[in-house]
Amino acid sequence: MIYFVLRRSIFAVVLLLIVSAFTFWIFSALPSDPAALTCGKNCRPEVIEANRERLGYDKPLVEQYGAYMKGIFTGRTYGEEGSSIHCPAPSLGYSYDRHECVTSLIASTLPVTASIALGAFVLWMGIGVGLGTLAALKRGKWQDRVATAFSVIGVSLPTFFLGLIFIMVFVIWTGLLPFPRYTGITDNPVEWFMALLLPWFVLAIISAATYVRMTRNGILEVMNEEFVRLGIAKGLPRRRLIVRYVLRAALVPIVTIAGLDFAFLLGGALVTESIFNLPGLGKLTLAAVVNSDLPILVATTMVAAVFIVVANTVVDILYGYLDPRVRVK
Amino acid sequence: METAQSVSGVEMAVGLSPFQMGLARIRRNRGAIIAFWIVVFYVFVAAFAPVLVKLLNIDPYALDREAINDFGLPAGPLGGISWDHPFGVEPGTGRDILGRLMYGARISLLVGTIGTILTTTVGVTLGIVAGLRRGFVDSLISRLGDVTLAFPSLLLIIALANPMTQRLESLGIPAGNTARITYILTVLTFFGWVYMARLVRGQVLSLREREFVEAARSFGAGTGHLVFKQLLPNLWPQIIVFVSLSLPGYVALEATLSFLGVGLLAPAASWGIMLGDSVRYYRADPTYLFIPGLTLMALVLAFNLLGDGLRDAFDPRSDRQQL
Repeated sequence: MIYFVLRRSIFAVVLLLIVSAFTFWIFSALPSDPAALTCGKNCRPEVIEANRERLGYDKPLVEQYGAYMKGIFTGRTYGEEGSSIHCPAPSLGYSYDRHECVTSLIASTLPVTASIALGAFVLWMGIGVGLGTLAALKRGKWQDRVATAFSVIGVSLPTFFLGLIFIMVFVIWTGLLPFPRYTGITDNPVEWFMALLLPWFVLAIISAATYVRMTRNGILEVMNEEFVRLGIAKGLPRRRLIVRYVLRAALVPIVTIAGLDFAFLLGGALVTESIFNLPGLGKLTLAAVVNSDLPILVATTMVAAVFIVVANTVVDILYGYLDPRVRVK
Repeated sequence: METAQSVSGVEMAVGLSPFQMGLARIRRNRGAIIAFWIVVFYVFVAAFAPVLVKLLNIDPYALDREAINDFGLPAGPLGGISWDHPFGVEPGTGRDILGRLMYGARISLLVGTIGTILTTTVGVTLGIVAGLRRGFVDSLISRLGDVTLAFPSLLLIIALANPMTQRLESLGIPAGNTARITYILTVLTFFGWVYMARLVRGQVLSLREREFVEAARSFGAGTGHLVFKQLLPNLWPQIIVFVSLSLPGYVALEATLSFLGVGLLAPAASWGIMLGDSVRYYRADPTYLFIPGLTLMALVLAFNLLGDGLRDAFDPRSDRQQL
């Protein structure tokens, strides 16, 4: 088991190195001149040259990448003393557009995205697993048909359309909720909750659609297993059989997929944040796209990739723990 | 349990190929048939959009000052719905919404279809190569898939849209929306091939051990014969199901990118652009939000229902793939 964990972890580190190198390369190699993007359209050439040197764009790409990776562990200072800028470790670069270290920008936006992702996750698992279980237990009855319809429609709803409908219905027409304005949970928990209610439901409905189907099919499959028949034969109460045995077996693969989806969301709920104007990682990325702010784009891509790879690895290890057959492969 | 089902299925339909059996099954699925005709309708409208627009006299690019009032909003209720403009007009310009929706269908279906063809071709090819060659080639392709899946795809697609489009334009691809569509299709293929490849690889690994493949090999069949005459006919059902389930995803993705301002650019009549535009007006003109939104949703829903029907017909045992 230790060997398995070790192997998976090393693979994850290698994966992250490849992803980071590729991300770094593609963002530095694509624009014709990354230094020119550091100041506006009517920029004097001297300023561009000074910035090029200061940010290290004059050095070979491999050296730039090395400096970047080193900065993550030791922090980084740009420019000569006097006019230098220091970003403490873990440094993910410096945004000229915003005159801020990228790490602090990410640190200030990540809690927003985490709030969105966490609430949505709780809701979608509740709706998805709940409706899916109901559909499986009432197979062929109207509950099953409602759940199936919900999942087909949910899968077909583009996130931005559902978000706009929600704003239309709950904010503009009925006035039940104010237009979301994000407040930190420590500043005002009630406002925080009110601002996130709509985004949570939008994401939850769309994600839950897939989970309804997965839960339903998973439960129906487990119901055919021998151990369930044994449970029925020896007279286990139905409720106990479902909760203790069927759900437990059916939910393992679903929870692991949910972990991956959650990690993906942590990297920035781009569409939701944009519609509800929430200052999270996704919004940071979109603003950086508009301003061609490369350091931010490199950093947000890498942070999101770390979430994905870490979640993948944890899920794999958990799976190996639960099912020894996986380990040997 | 599944053996009992398939055995009875075989007895019912002696002499039918899996493909014909699937077709027979889907004909009995009413929802899928309705969905099929909805898709056919969209394809028809998209194909004949220029003609239809002339016939109905709804030029999608013509500004109609008469149809909007002094505030730039559509004159008349419900977003200016009238005989001249059956779905109303666009606020600010007075362009006809129905005409724009018809042209938008062309973009959606173009991106969806070509994107699916590209990802499927690349995915199937790499999957077959990995499954047949095994060994080093297989590990290489599989690890490449792992790396691809480690990227936050949507984020990267959005982040790279502008620099990549400029790069494509400097390589001689016509600037503007041609370059933008080329970019979208390229990244779709880049990130989309993995699922298809994994599916096909798994199938090929198990098919290659079956007797009929062995028999063909013992007769000295070449790789070409193995791939096209022995393997592919057995892969079609899964490929069809996969294709029909990825199409709606790509249609929605194009709309999402255009909505966020990194897909196609105005004055193209993409549904995503219309929806993005409607955000500025939705207090005063909700019709402009709902009509394009429902148009998009109906197509995606029809594709999904059709895909579900195909999956039930061709691949009754498999769960829905996570796309």
